[in-house]
Amino acid sequence: MVRTQKRKLKKGLGVGYCALIYLFLFLPIAVIITNSFNATTSKPYMTWKGFTFDWYIKLFDNSALLDSFGNTILIAVCSTVLATCIGTLAAVGMYRYRFRGKGVIDALLYIPVVIPEIVLGIALLTLFAKTSIPRGILSLVLAHTTFSIPFVVFNIRARLTGYDNSVEEASMDLGAGKVETFFRITVPILAPAIGGGALLAFTLSIDDVIISYFTNGQTKTFPLKVMESIKSGVSPDVNALSTLILAGTTLLVILTQSNLFKRRK
Amino acid sequence: MEKTKIVEIRNVNKLYDENHVVKDLSLDVYAGEFLTLLGSSGCGKTTTLRMIAGFEQPTDGLILVEGENVADKEPYERNVNTVFQSYALFPHMTVFDNIAYGLKMKRVKKKEIHDRVMEMLELVQLGGFEKRYPSQLSGGQKQRVAIARALINNPKVLLLDEPLGALDLKLRKQMQLELKRLQKKLNITFIYVTHDQEEALSMSDRIAVMHGGVLEQVAVPLEIYESPASKFVATFIGETNLFEGRVVKIEGNSVSVMVESGMVTALGEGFSEGELVSISVRPERMNYSVTPVEGFTIEAKVREQVYVGSVIKAIVELGNGNEVKLERLAGQALPMDGTVYLYWGENDAKLLRTPDNEFFQAVENIQMC
Repeated sequence: MVRTQKRKLKKGLGVGYCALIYLFLFLPIAVIITNSFNATTSKPYMTWKGFTFDWYIKLFDNSALLDSFGNTILIAVCSTVLATCIGTLAAVGMYRYRFRGKGVIDALLYIPVVIPEIVLGIALLTLFAKTSIPRGILSLVLAHTTFSIPFVVFNIRARLTGYDNSVEEASMDLGAGKVETFFRITVPILAPAIGGGALLAFTLSIDDVIISYFTNGQTKTFPLKVMESIKSGVSPDVNALSTLILAGTTLLVILTQSNLFKRRK
Repeated sequence: MEKTKIVEIRNVNKLYDENHVVKDLSLDVYAGEFLTLLGSSGCGKTTTLRMIAGFEQPTDGLILVEGENVADKEPYERNVNTVFQSYALFPHMTVFDNIAYGLKMKRVKKKEIHDRVMEMLELVQLGGFEKRYPSQLSGGQKQRVAIARALINNPKVLLLDEPLGALDLKLRKQMQLELKRLQKKLNITFIYVTHDQEEALSMSDRIAVMHGGVLEQVAVPLEIYESPASKFVATFIGETNLFEGRVVKIEGNSVSVMVESGMVTALGEGFSEGELVSISVRPERMNYSVTPVEGFTIEAKVREQVYVGSVIKAIVELGNGNEVKLERLAGQALPMDGTVYLYWGENDAKLLRTPDNEFFQAVENIQMC
């Protein structure tokens, strides 16, 4: 009897603990969602004054905010594509070939990940200034590509450690050339890791603030715009856009998860 | 039957940095035969196979397939196919797509691909499995898919790299028979790599025994077993008793050898007095007598006898403590007490030259000390 009670208590504690964790994680998000429907018009927009869709309507009138969001998506897509292509080739190449200085190259890959972003930001800014690459979308894409590549490489390399080289040999043995083998065998087998790396690169690009701050010139990305606006309290149309982004990403996650389950069957 | 050479390996060497893995290998493989490359791991057999497939390039020497030098041909340009040890099935493709891969690469029409894949599935007894993924197959089924995938291109030569290594014993026996059946039915040349001497003896038309990168002997299984060409072949294939000694007398082709525990006689040609030799005698060929036999002076005491079904395995001990194995049919047990005199018939022992580099050096070293 005592034992079952104890067990129940333990279980109750566990559930309570988990609930707390999730509360901490999701309460701030809930606040943002709630505030995006808040009818208050006075700063700091925190007291509840009733339900409204006004902020969403206002959002679509706020062209500066929407533009910044457009920039963010454009930069994220471009840098993701670039970083994924370069990263995939780098990972496969570094896995397959032995060459002098491979260890150094491997180690150097960690540098962009571990050095403070502010250092990388300054470094890139100096580089762009010296090479007179115009600060704007181009410099942002290049900067984001730079810090995304290592993450793509790491993701793919993790998958490659369990990779059996003989499937490529089998493909060539059966009459496929090297390029055909790469696209028909290597890429599909690595697809989950490539996809994961791309998703990571995309996410990193979308919410990057520090490096973008140094390299943006006159171009505003969404995080920069938000940073600017919170000087006067988070305005509810930012909340509205955040809520929309949240809804979008949640949908994406649900879609990919269900797709994964389907394949695993 | 006229034998045509389908693969010719001529004086091939392979070095990885300082590592000499294949040493001056020359070997002809005939059309339609089942040839096994046998040897322990690291003997260069897999490297040899990979050089034929085109995954490795010989450091020097020639490889000809159908009389044509293949040095400049990539693996996908060679009319040989490989069954890999790890199967190497494409995990993201169904069984059907795996088998169809080679035909797709050759741009064969869809209808024909379908028919040939289905036919191949029947041949390897996997009808109805075409929609499965490799992860949904057992080891034996994966192996069949790997074989079907390699065979569908109608290769002139099929290279098999320890294809049954990962299967359990029962399945392995079954697959051995099936492979042999397939090979006879399709009349394709098989070059089969294994370290399992039993597998080699039961499946092959000919066996090529490799040791330390050197081809020691190429012969039919019976000859490999009955008259091994070297000490390594004698000990690697089946059980044997090895005696090492020095030739003391030669009369015709009868050679008397002084070994540590006494005098023995064996048949041999081209030996000279004073030469160091090894004598290999299979346990089932080893004989004994309770009275001394002419030409032999090895005395032994029976130490142990074990019944193993239809045979008795006996171990006798020589004067110097060495053990000699005998095999007798059940019911013919050896006397447990008293001395027995070991001997063998003229054709039951194989006289082997001791490679200079091993034995002579060993003896010289001893004399120096």
